[in-house]
Amino acid sequence: MDTAYFIETIIKIVVLLLVFSALAGFGTYFERKVLAFMQRRLGPMHVGPYGLLQIAADGIKLFTKEDIVPQNVVGPIFKIAPVITAATAFMAAAAIPFMPSFTIFGYEVHPIISDINVGILYILGVMAIGLYGPLLGGMASANKWSLISAARAASVFISYEVVSGLSLLAPIMMVGSLSLIDFNNYQTGGVGSWMIWSQPVAFILFLIAAFAETGRTPFHLIANDHEIIDGFGTEYSGMRWGLFFIGEYANMFFISFVIALIFLGGFGDGSVGGALALLGKVSFIFFFFLWTRAAWPDVRPDQLMWLCWKVLMPIAVINIVITGIVIMF
Amino acid sequence: MAQHQVNYMQDGGLPVALTSIDKLANWGRSNSLWALTYGLACCGIEMMASGASRYDFDRFGTIFRSSPRQADIMIVAGTLTKKHAEFIRRLYDQMTEPKWVISMGSCANTGGMFNTYATVQGVDRVIPVDLYLPGCAPRPETLQYAVMLLQKKIRSEKAIKSQKPKRLM
Repeated sequence: MDTAYFIETIIKIVVLLLVFSALAGFGTYFERKVLAFMQRRLGPMHVGPYGLLQIAADGIKLFTKEDIVPQNVVGPIFKIAPVITAATAFMAAAAIPFMPSFTIFGYEVHPIISDINVGILYILGVMAIGLYGPLLGGMASANKWSLISAARAASVFISYEVVSGLSLLAPIMMVGSLSLIDFNNYQTGGVGSWMIWSQPVAFILFLIAAFAETGRTPFHLIANDHEIIDGFGTEYSGMRWGLFFIGEYANMFFISFVIALIFLGGFGDGSVGGALALLGKVSFIFFFFLWTRAAWPDVRPDQLMWLCWKVLMPIAVINIVITGIVIMF
Repeated sequence: MAQHQVNYMQDGGLPVALTSIDKLANWGRSNSLWALTYGLACCGIEMMASGASRYDFDRFGTIFRSSPRQADIMIVAGTLTKKHAEFIRRLYDQMTEPKWVISMGSCANTGGMFNTYATVQGVDRVIPVDLYLPGCAPRPETLQYAVMLLQKKIRSEKAIKSQKPKRLM
């Protein structure tokens, strides 16, 4: 391991952290704007041009808020739970290629922190650990609503994780690799070669599982405002709660990248147009998350478990069997 | 921000924007006032309407949070009964500093027309109030004007202030 590689990796990690922490802030702005336009409102308008400085105001406010650790909580676990959510979201990004490789000053840069050969397995595993944030935070809070939220987090987790793993198995069988770069190179032949056409069922299943994974609205059960106050975040104030938020939005961006790379052709042949197309696909999937929030109500926890175990999992298994038969002959 | 002409009268003629921590913190706090959902009676309906499409509270950066830990202002919208007085005090204590209270409508201001054995005659007997908003019930525009006045008040105070114990009636 030479020094140049070491320095390059550290620079890439810093850039990724800075860019996606800022993007997570902008994500809240986009969400408020998109929801506002869908409800015929204007959204943030008065703070800066078109409300663009709203996230700066929110950040200053959250940083200068009083930090309360309530009386009966389990201190260390209460304090580490938001860090788990934020840290695992960024850790999952290590195996995601954000752009095609490019040459700068005669030095070839691969915009992926580590192209490990178990890429997707690593991403799914680390994102699954992210659910320990709500679980531990809810259980340590000494609050009834937080405890209910933690129980829901566990039940949601065991439901969607099966579906997301099984639905990805069929594309993995076709590509024969777990690296996201291999997935991208499998689909370089234009729109017709995208995985979404050969695996439409897996695409829909993984999209539904992604909604449950990021806790977005049809499955927004763990922090449902009208049922359990703010769920696991009820007792959190200031920047501790802000860390939960950054983790949630960073997770949405990363899972958008994963969907675009696996099913929608990724960055294609690696040209500048391909890189821009990848950003367009990711933006659309992110917008789709917000669109769904504006259009759909929430389901109950038992409905989510029914959906995942009795409907989606059998479909995923059948999809794997059919894919296997087609590959064999 | 690009400054094309040097203004020698301001900031010693330096082409930079100078500010103080007070101004910055107050700017952030005043522009991100998250309100606690606290509708007690019919004023609560007006409070909901001011967050909805036609009046759109989100323009000022005001959104409603359901947890007192993440809220900055408590809009007491409606009649406070003596049975509920204990809980409003508890919720106020659970809110994190800095926090402000808007007393919305006649009932919260003075007890209004409910001069009875069961009604607290003004919410300022239980918690310290920053802004009294008259009306029965005040229209959403009035509530938004009250929040803008509160923003003005926040911008004029020091960011780090010594907490004076407020004497209640």
